[in-house]
Amino acid sequence: MAVTTTGIPVRRTVRDRHHRGVSRWVVLALVTAGALVMLVPFAFMLLNAFKSPGDYSSGGPLSWPSEFYTTGLRTYWSEVNFPLKLWNSALIAGSVAVLGVVVSLLNAYALGIGRVRGRLWIVGVFLLANMLPQEALIYPLYYVAKEIGLYNTRLSVIIIFTVIQSAFGTYLLASVLGTFPRALLEAAALDGAGKWTVLWRVVFPNLRPTLAVLLIFFFIWTWNEFLIPLVMLIDNQTQTIPVALASLQGDRLMDAPTTNAGALISLVPAILFFLIFQRTLARGITAGAEK
Amino acid sequence: MTVPDTVAGTPPATTPTSSPAPPPRRRRDGRDAAYWLYLLPGAVLFVLVIGVPLVGTGYLSLTRWSGVGDPTFVGWDNYRQLLDDDVFWASFRNTLAMIVAMVVVPTLLGLLLASVLFDVVGRRFRPRTAAALRAAFYLPQVLPVVVAGIVWGWILRPDGAFNSVLDAVGLGALRHDWLGDPDTALPAVMAVMIWVQIGYPVVVFMAALQRVDPELYEAAEVDGANWLHRFRAITLPQIRPETFVVALTCTIAALKVFGPIFALTRGGPENATNVPSYFAYYTFFKKLQVGYGSAISTVLTAIIVVVAVVFIAVQARSERRERGR
Repeated sequence: MAVTTTGIPVRRTVRDRHHRGVSRWVVLALVTAGALVMLVPFAFMLLNAFKSPGDYSSGGPLSWPSEFYTTGLRTYWSEVNFPLKLWNSALIAGSVAVLGVVVSLLNAYALGIGRVRGRLWIVGVFLLANMLPQEALIYPLYYVAKEIGLYNTRLSVIIIFTVIQSAFGTYLLASVLGTFPRALLEAAALDGAGKWTVLWRVVFPNLRPTLAVLLIFFFIWTWNEFLIPLVMLIDNQTQTIPVALASLQGDRLMDAPTTNAGALISLVPAILFFLIFQRTLARGITAGAEK
Repeated sequence: MTVPDTVAGTPPATTPTSSPAPPPRRRRDGRDAAYWLYLLPGAVLFVLVIGVPLVGTGYLSLTRWSGVGDPTFVGWDNYRQLLDDDVFWASFRNTLAMIVAMVVVPTLLGLLLASVLFDVVGRRFRPRTAAALRAAFYLPQVLPVVVAGIVWGWILRPDGAFNSVLDAVGLGALRHDWLGDPDTALPAVMAVMIWVQIGYPVVVFMAALQRVDPELYEAAEVDGANWLHRFRAITLPQIRPETFVVALTCTIAALKVFGPIFALTRGGPENATNVPSYFAYYTFFKKLQVGYGSAISTVLTAIIVVVAVVFIAVQARSERRERGR
């Protein structure tokens, strides 16, 4: 793909105007080719998810399926009890998104609006915590969860990710609230509003777009998480979609078409979120990058 | 409230926007101790879920323990052992490869792609074309990375799609067990990681470019600057803050990479693709050497903290220099 930029002889001389008209098409063709290369793995997956094992072994990965075979999909769906996995993932990611945003907002209210002493250090600690490798936390978390009976529960993963995600949320919201218009707070205080009222009647409504972005981020990040769910959730009742797929890897059930079918089902929710939230996310990524 | 030119008889302005600069007393009020209450739940959770486990891992790294019974304190033994452990060094060498695949290549390629998409496709064609192409590059970023790893693991298998493509285009002689051969496993994993990562810089840089004043480009074009001139004189300096953020977050991600390695190779063959986080996971949960695994994790944590602090310090300094100009 590195080719995309060579061969753009965009000379800006008057004579070259016609030439430039051609070269822009060359650029478009190269970038489009790059984009198609990005999509090829998805095409392979689709092609083989609907192929029968016999078809696959005789025709190979590139052949067109001789029949529209859905048994692989159905096998995976029922073997892993996919609806339950979907519910587990949704429950964990949804709870973390809401709780994470609430905790971030409370933290950031104290740090950005309350400007408590030492706030720069506190924000710095939250920022660093967000960067920590999860391996540095996992064994004590695993051990304590076992001791207090939270091991192999969805609650354990919800609590852990609420804290991990809100470390980032606190960092982001604290800097956003640092520039919150003081006048709005003054006015509310003059009207006799307490801190709690100010938070929910003044700060919260003004921050709603940012909080929405944060909510979606937390949801998708948690949905895609792997290490902590892999360690904490060990049986069929509690596992999430990525963990279920990974723990079947190498299983006899998972011939090539079933692997592709399983991957396809597992990708669908993520792609749906992407399509639904695309606009919000594009805005959010900018917000994240500027902070 | 000082509202000098209010018409007599009108009540003092209550619209928030019209209220003047706060009197000095406000600031002390703003530092009200009651705000600590709002920090309390978050702080307690933070200490329990991040603080205590982090310290616990640090302590365990000084012990020998299988996870059952009591840990035996052994001082710096685990760290001494690490220095002589070839797997440990191999895992950090592979981290450098991950930094190339997840930071260097995606950032450079992302700058070029974003600039071309924004500057050439977005302006000479329709912005919607640019947005559609951007979505194609970004798609791998939205997937659970383990699922992407499993699909790629199948594509790169000896009987997978990649070898079939080679056959189909007459390069059958190159057929290979890409992930099974220690010589090709790391380059193959790197290629997958570039595919996974490239969309992130493209999207961030394209968003950043929208912030840049279009008149800068128009003026440059009138002055006869070609695409390369504009790229170097306008694009690069204007989006430097975003470049910093992308480089930092991608570097941290490269240091922590786990899921793709787990799904593609489990660190094999012969540790050719092992990375610190997978090495730590394997030591904790497969070899049951909790002390040793904690030492690996602690070293990784220390490296990440140093990298993050250096990055942020460099960025702060370059921002100051920029402002000083």
